[in-house]
Amino acid sequence: MTRFVKNPKEVASGLLIVFLAAFFAWQAMELPMGRAIRMGPGYFPMILAGLLGFLGIIVLLSGLTLRPVEAQDETQKIGFWHWPWVPLGLVTLAVVVFGLGIRPLGLGPSMGLAVFLSTMASRRFKLTTALLSSFIMVAFSWAVFIKGLGLPLPMLGPWLGGY
Amino acid sequence: MEIFDNLALGFSVAVTFQNIFYCFIGVLLGTLIGVLPGLGPVPTIAMLLPITFGLPPVSALIMLSGIYYGAQYGGSTTAILINLPGESSSVVTAIDGYQMARQGRAGAALATAAIGSFFAGSVATFLLAVFAPPLADLALKFGPPEYFALMVLGLVASVALASGSVVKALAMVVLGILLGLSGQDVYTGTPRFTFDMLELADGIEFVALAMGVFGIGEIVRNLEDEHTRTVMVQKVKGLLLSRDDIKRIIGPILRGTFLGSFLGILPGGGAILSSFSAYSIEKKISRHPEQFGKGAIEGVAGPEAANNAGAQTSFIPMLTLGIPSNPVMALMIGALIIQGIVPGPNVVNEQPDLFWGIIASMWIGNFMLVVLNLPLIGIWVRLLTVPYHILFPLIVGFCCIGVYSVNNNAIDVFTMALFGVVGYVLVKLDCEPAPLLLGFIIGPMLEEYLRRAMLISRGDPTVFFTRPISATMLGLAILALVVVLLPSVRKKREEAFQE
Repeated sequence: MTRFVKNPKEVASGLLIVFLAAFFAWQAMELPMGRAIRMGPGYFPMILAGLLGFLGIIVLLSGLTLRPVEAQDETQKIGFWHWPWVPLGLVTLAVVVFGLGIRPLGLGPSMGLAVFLSTMASRRFKLTTALLSSFIMVAFSWAVFIKGLGLPLPMLGPWLGGY
Repeated sequence: MEIFDNLALGFSVAVTFQNIFYCFIGVLLGTLIGVLPGLGPVPTIAMLLPITFGLPPVSALIMLSGIYYGAQYGGSTTAILINLPGESSSVVTAIDGYQMARQGRAGAALATAAIGSFFAGSVATFLLAVFAPPLADLALKFGPPEYFALMVLGLVASVALASGSVVKALAMVVLGILLGLSGQDVYTGTPRFTFDMLELADGIEFVALAMGVFGIGEIVRNLEDEHTRTVMVQKVKGLLLSRDDIKRIIGPILRGTFLGSFLGILPGGGAILSSFSAYSIEKKISRHPEQFGKGAIEGVAGPEAANNAGAQTSFIPMLTLGIPSNPVMALMIGALIIQGIVPGPNVVNEQPDLFWGIIASMWIGNFMLVVLNLPLIGIWVRLLTVPYHILFPLIVGFCCIGVYSVNNNAIDVFTMALFGVVGYVLVKLDCEPAPLLLGFIIGPMLEEYLRRAMLISRGDPTVFFTRPISATMLGLAILALVVVLLPSVRKKREEAFQE
């Protein structure tokens, strides 16, 4: 395995790019192609998907053949197991929770939740600072976006007795 | 002289209480956020984009330009004071600037950066005023094939001049174009890549993509090596330069301005390229090159001037051709489009108040940078010490509400979350996300011109090579690709042979 895959990062990038190319090509297949003189909505995307796939294969092949990774060369390894999975998950979760909560819960609770969840992504999490940050951000977004920019958004949504 | 009439028009637009106020707010906010550790100009502008949408177009653009200058200056400040450049173009500033700070000359370094930036900005703004209108006139004569070729050249050049793998960067451009094509097809109304979701009929929201990749993704990357960074900030004093210092910085500033103005027009790493080459030139012609890297004031003055001049002249292709030469300009074009303005050569002629107002405000913005930053440096220094674990949840919250406020639609928030993950994965795989943003912005225009060109030529693709201008530009693009690919291929081969 280590012999075959000379450069894991390149191989992974190549595979990802080829996969994305295939995905876009598959999506574009449902679209009318038209002809060169009057291109349909699927024409250009299909060309691009083909180009993307071609580039992906170059990256993939160069990862398989060129520039083998030295044992001590950490920069070319992906280090998948060392990725910050918890912070990545928590920050993403925070954003998703905000998106889910903004309508039914209103700006206050969803902003508070999002900020609080984000603070947990840090190793230096402290409950007091987390609560304080959430509170500051709720107050700030109320002042700037509801008062200042006049965003039509309730602080408390319908689920919590707002309008 | 027509140019003075035009500039007078510009100043009459920019020098209203309202616009000066927005320029001031922009510079202030830009510096405020740009000086925070780990936030360069791109995430700063992406984050602040939504709050400019409610403004009239001129004010919005003036404020955004102010944010850009502020963020850039903020990046130089962090580079000098804590050796933490906010973006790649201030990497060079950090080399000698930080050494100066360690020797207790932080004040002199900051003042040099401010003066150099102001001078370079003023000169480059003037160049912009002189050269933009003729360029726009020239571009007006372009037909769809020329436009298509020009965009291809712009994209290829920005890839060729940037660092890293060319093939991967090209792939990112193509991926960006594909993402940019999402939403309803302009000609037929057919939804593309929307997965039958009505919310995606208008395509992927540009702000959500930019904030996801450059905001959220960046945060996760910073959390990765969240070591206990104890920020030692020296007291900043002595902002006044000595007579000897002034004598030493005049030359570098002039050379840096010249170099930066020229390189900034080129697509891609204009600002990066100019600051790096300014540094190496100063080092080469200096009578005491051994001081470089140990706190040479020339090593701050030259690159800072070049950097800022390049930042200014990169507006030229954006304002006249509608082609972004770097991610910041892509954000600016995105802002223009959201304001309902189609960027391109028509802006100069059809909306002269907008065009000249922006140019005049650039000068005002640069002036404000000096007036604002030197006295406020104490506040910026204090902001530098804000620990990241306190900062980033606030940024997450700000991104969330910011992206939501664009369309009042939760789908944009989810899009941002998705592209946060995408951005992080791409960076981990050494795929630069900047070309993706350029492709995303240019994509729809590229398709539009391709379709029109093919319609004119009755489906004959040779039209791109039989019309001289478009043939030249495509030839240049191919040449650029070949030149960039050749040495790297050779190098790779050599490395493979060594095994």
